[in-house]
Amino acid sequence: MAIVEQIGPSERAVTWRERLGDAVRQREGLRALLLAGPGGAWLLFFFLLPTAIVFAYSFARRGPYGTVDWTFTLENYVRFFDWLYIRVFLVSVWLALLTTLICLLIGYPFAFVIARSPRRWRNALLVLVLIPFWTNFLVRTYAIMLLLRSDGLINNALQWLGLIDRPLTMLFTPFAVVLGLVYGYLPFMILPIYASIEKFDFTLVEAAQDLGANTWQVFWRVLLPLTLPGVLAGSILVFIPSVGAFVTPDLLGGGKVVMIANLINQQFLTVRHWPFGSAVSFVLMAIVLAATMLYFRIGETRRI
Amino acid sequence: MERPIDVELVDVTKVFDSGVVAVDRVSLQIYQGEFFSLLGPSGCGKTTTLRMIAGFEHPTSGEVRIEGRPMGHTPPFRRNVNTVFQNYALFPHMTVFENVAFGLRMKRVPRDEIVRRVREALQLVRLSGFEERYPRQLSGGQQQRVALARALVNRPRVLLLDEPLGALDLKLRKEMQLELKHLQMTVGITFIYVTHDQEEALTMSDRIAVMNAGRVLQVGTPVEIYERPTSRFVADFIGESNFLPGRVVDVDRDVATVLVAGERPVRVRIETPVAAGQPVTVAIRPEKIRVTPVEAPEANGFLSGRVEEVIYIGTDTFYVVRIDDHTTLRVRSQNDRNRLDGGQLLPVGTSVTVGWAEDAARLLLD
Repeated sequence: MAIVEQIGPSERAVTWRERLGDAVRQREGLRALLLAGPGGAWLLFFFLLPTAIVFAYSFARRGPYGTVDWTFTLENYVRFFDWLYIRVFLVSVWLALLTTLICLLIGYPFAFVIARSPRRWRNALLVLVLIPFWTNFLVRTYAIMLLLRSDGLINNALQWLGLIDRPLTMLFTPFAVVLGLVYGYLPFMILPIYASIEKFDFTLVEAAQDLGANTWQVFWRVLLPLTLPGVLAGSILVFIPSVGAFVTPDLLGGGKVVMIANLINQQFLTVRHWPFGSAVSFVLMAIVLAATMLYFRIGETRRI
Repeated sequence: MERPIDVELVDVTKVFDSGVVAVDRVSLQIYQGEFFSLLGPSGCGKTTTLRMIAGFEHPTSGEVRIEGRPMGHTPPFRRNVNTVFQNYALFPHMTVFENVAFGLRMKRVPRDEIVRRVREALQLVRLSGFEERYPRQLSGGQQQRVALARALVNRPRVLLLDEPLGALDLKLRKEMQLELKHLQMTVGITFIYVTHDQEEALTMSDRIAVMNAGRVLQVGTPVEIYERPTSRFVADFIGESNFLPGRVVDVDRDVATVLVAGERPVRVRIETPVAAGQPVTVAIRPEKIRVTPVEAPEANGFLSGRVEEVIYIGTDTFYVVRIDDHTTLRVRSQNDRNRLDGGQLLPVGTSVTVGWAEDAARLLLD
């Protein structure tokens, strides 16, 4: 102990580790680089670079046997404006909007009930919302197929009850796709709305009632505006994966309901038209970007 | 002279689902234009009482009447009362103007009348020019005033205030107390004011109802409540009191002689008849007690003792005087007007006599 104290810092050999440590401590910029470096590198190699490659593909031509011919063209984007593809685009956006709306209509009251239930029940209810995530999404989608089939559980039950004579066609319809999407993404709607209702100060409800507001007025003028951040976040979290959904329309739509992701998949793997597939991918990305920007726009104008 | 009654509670009881009796057979009459306080410690049922008047809770039994009409289960928005909440409950997504206009919009008041009345209300609480601010841009005191304006703009029959000054610091609270009192006199609306702060209640109220454990113990003006408490709780909760348990030995017309602290006789004026032999408590406020050193020429009193503690607080001095092993008295004595050096203080250990006027003590029947 005493010996160590006799040796002053200046007398010790300064190691390279200490020098590096000092340099990092002294320079904010270097420190930031070291901290952000790994994440940045990851994004660069596994996101930005592939995206750039796909972007470049989208301006190329299809060569023979599905190769890529590097001559610049806009024809892939022009081709997208064919009614055939515009329809896919419209169906995707429409089904995604419908999914978002249904999730909102189911999710808001659900989140409200959870947020207003006694504290000791809340976590249990939230776990119930999350339990589906414990099982693989593909497995759950197959399970829905089993339910919806012509000789599936629902049709059998309805026939047994005598409510229908012939099985209803449910599988491979837009209905099945929306059902699958709502089922898959409902938790993404419930959780942010729950968070915003849980933060909401319910004396504001009493204040509004006290000032003459009835139940509807309380909801429209006080509860909804103040939980809108949750509603918007939930909507964006449901809309984005829905519009780009692949597995659900593939399995539950059975090729009859084609959404953008199915089109992309087809172009890359079946038709082997990579440039057109890339262009469609960028159109999808544009939709998602537009939705996100709309979200931030609304978030900005509402000063909550 | 019979004043019109604005709010009447008839035998109101509130039992919560948990089985807790929050309000226990409370009957009150609150007159038009009165500043009426519900005063009591936390959990005494004062807020529940207020919430039943507002319509947020409904009595388990008994009846709330506003302007003579039984309220039953009338919802809050159909009652001619408005509430100022403890934490103000301002709508954070609305400007000051929109907050104050909210009640009028709900009642579909024409647009130009809304503008006029909101402006008047903001003027009343001295917040003109703050229309476009958001609540979070205001100080606590300003938010408080917006809450007041938001309620008053509806011209309610009765304004209910639930500890509205609780969140403010002491200095601001003192200012707002006077401002609220003046405001109430200006608008002439009945105020029902819930507080646990006895000083606040005494400062502002026309009448006070002291509550404890769900019951109303005493209703009266601040002077009545302070000077003539009818129960030990009231005497203790409002201000400070010394309590001397004892036994009545003699009643001479309206003055009773009570033996306290080791059979020493004290005399107390009585208002309700008592019988000799009855166990009672003599309550006496510290500032009503006279303390004199025994060697002083005018020394005489009921009890003799010894100064045990001296606490100098500037305007006054507190003495703790030990009478016997079981009895001490707190005495508050105003410091000598004619001197500055505090030389009039009695040192610890001084033998003293203590006494008070017959009218200054209260006889409490247990």
